[in-house]
Amino acid sequence: MEIQNIVDSAENNFLNLNSGIESFPILRIQNLNVYAEKNHILKDINLEIPRNKITVLLGPSGCGKTTLLKCMNKLTDLYKELKVSGNIFIEQDDILNTKKDIPSIRQKMGLLSQRPYLLPMSIYKNVAYGVKLKGIRDKKLLHYSVEKNLKEVGLWEEVKDRLHSPATKLSIGQQQRLCLARGLAVKPRIILADEPTSALDPISSKIIENLFVELKKHYTIILVTHILRQAVRLADHVVFMYYGDIIEQGPPDELFNNPKTETLKKYLVEGN
Amino acid sequence: MNKRKQISEIVFKLISGFCAYSLIGILLFIIGIIFVKGFNALSFEMISQTPKGGYYFGGEGGFLNAIVGSLYIALGATFIAIMIGTPAALFINVHLVRYKRTQNTIRYLLDSLWGIPSIVYGAFGFTLMLLMGMNASLLAGIITVALLVTPIMTRTFDEVLQTIPKGLHEASFALGSTKTETAFKILFKQGFSGFVTAILLSFGRGIGDAASVLFTAGYTDLIPTNLDEPAATLPLAIFFQLGSPIPEVRERAFAAAAVLTILILIISITARIISKRYLKTIIK
Ligand SMILES: Nc1ncnc2c1ncn2[C@@H]1O[C@H](COP(=O)(O)OP(=O)(O)OP(=O)(O)O)[C@@H](O)[C@H]1O
Ligand SMILES: [Mg+2]
Repeated sequence: MEIQNIVDSAENNFLNLNSGIESFPILRIQNLNVYAEKNHILKDINLEIPRNKITVLLGPSGCGKTTLLKCMNKLTDLYKELKVSGNIFIEQDDILNTKKDIPSIRQKMGLLSQRPYLLPMSIYKNVAYGVKLKGIRDKKLLHYSVEKNLKEVGLWEEVKDRLHSPATKLSIGQQQRLCLARGLAVKPRIILADEPTSALDPISSKIIENLFVELKKHYTIILVTHILRQAVRLADHVVFMYYGDIIEQGPPDELFNNPKTETLKKYLVEGN
Repeated sequence: MNKRKQISEIVFKLISGFCAYSLIGILLFIIGIIFVKGFNALSFEMISQTPKGGYYFGGEGGFLNAIVGSLYIALGATFIAIMIGTPAALFINVHLVRYKRTQNTIRYLLDSLWGIPSIVYGAFGFTLMLLMGMNASLLAGIITVALLVTPIMTRTFDEVLQTIPKGLHEASFALGSTKTETAFKILFKQGFSGFVTAILLSFGRGIGDAASVLFTAGYTDLIPTNLDEPAATLPLAIFFQLGSPIPEVRERAFAAAAVLTILILIISITARIISKRYLKTIIK
């Protein structure tokens, strides 16, 4: 019994030590397969996502980028037709096969989707919502969190006088930043961004891009994008997908300047 | 070619315009007839007094008993429908989101229930009443009407919940909501206008239905003071008075019809105002 405890605590120490190491991947995907009926959407994906970096998922429409993101926070559960198998480790937790409660796993990730889906409530409550789910009820703490996260996405000055008006009155760009703030408020480790700028004008897109560069100091970002320039500007690590396979991955200058496969070469030429 | 397009455009516009406006015309015509005929007989006495002796032969009194009875039954039934229909509709849309076939089966069954004529509910309620040893009463009326309107409540709310984009479900779950939190904190708010519409439809159907209360609620000249007593209703007040050979009594039927119509109009306008207020926080 005692030995068990010692072993356990030694193991814990080892894990804690490890998670302090920069290069240790925050997220590890092993043999991930996703089927929709007979359709093989993701084919034996193996992938490691580096900590505090921006990893860009690149690839033609329908290659499975969104599906891959949805596996990471188990939103695939919402679709019965999707059969998911394999392992996804987030900080040693195999989230696909764990008995831990799913909401707390999902809170390790903030989701930013293609267009902003605001909660049907005020600006303030949009940000406070996720914090309240964590059981925090104290007004001061909530207000602190709302202010801090709105400041983090540069929205505070724009909305501080109308925190209690409906969030729908904001512009699309502001709405997307609000969605980011709301995701950050639950203190995630990873930000999953699925083409977050595709509904935005160039200026709002630029703001989001700049935010990502700031945010990667504290968060790991996984970004799906169609825009090659955006990938070039932001990526620390690029993953190129094609029909459910990862064809190539690596640092951006290597991948963009010396693509090894014909598929990527063609994609880069056509994309420009 | 272009000319032909222009002509067909004009013709189609005329036809569809005519259809749309004639619908409004028919509505106005019905309301007009009821009000013109009803307002002759309508007086403060009519809506503030219960029938006195000889009322049904043109004597003194009014049909307050039917107004209050109808309100009791419709409110009671709508309340039950809300308590059952709201969680049911949310359940179909959140917990059954993975089970398309079950969803569709439930929807199909509810639609069938919606389509069953209310006299059948009346007969069913009557049987149930006898089985339970009850008399025609307010409670029996409320239960029967609740059976009638709960499918309406559920399906109407469900229809609106169905239009909520998947992205909002995902946003809610991604923030760490459980299914119950997603249902009651997010989808309920997002679908609030549908919720109000559903209540309105249920109430309107409940207050206006005659066949389901005919055997179950009974009819009385008194205002019920507890659930065991029978209750009069406006539709039955219209029905009984319209059958009278005395013209004055038949006019009173129209007065009752006018009151029923006004009640429904008030409810529908209030519901509009409430749901408008909530629409502001909703994403489209
Ligand atoms: N729920 C589902 N049921 C059936 N097929 C699905 C489902 N979700 C995704 N797919 C299929 O999986 C493939 C990958 O879809 P996914 O949305 O992940 O692509 P994507 O790379 O994000 O594309 P895009 O760049 O256009 O957003 C597509 O062929 C799609 O039709
Ligand atoms: Mg996608």
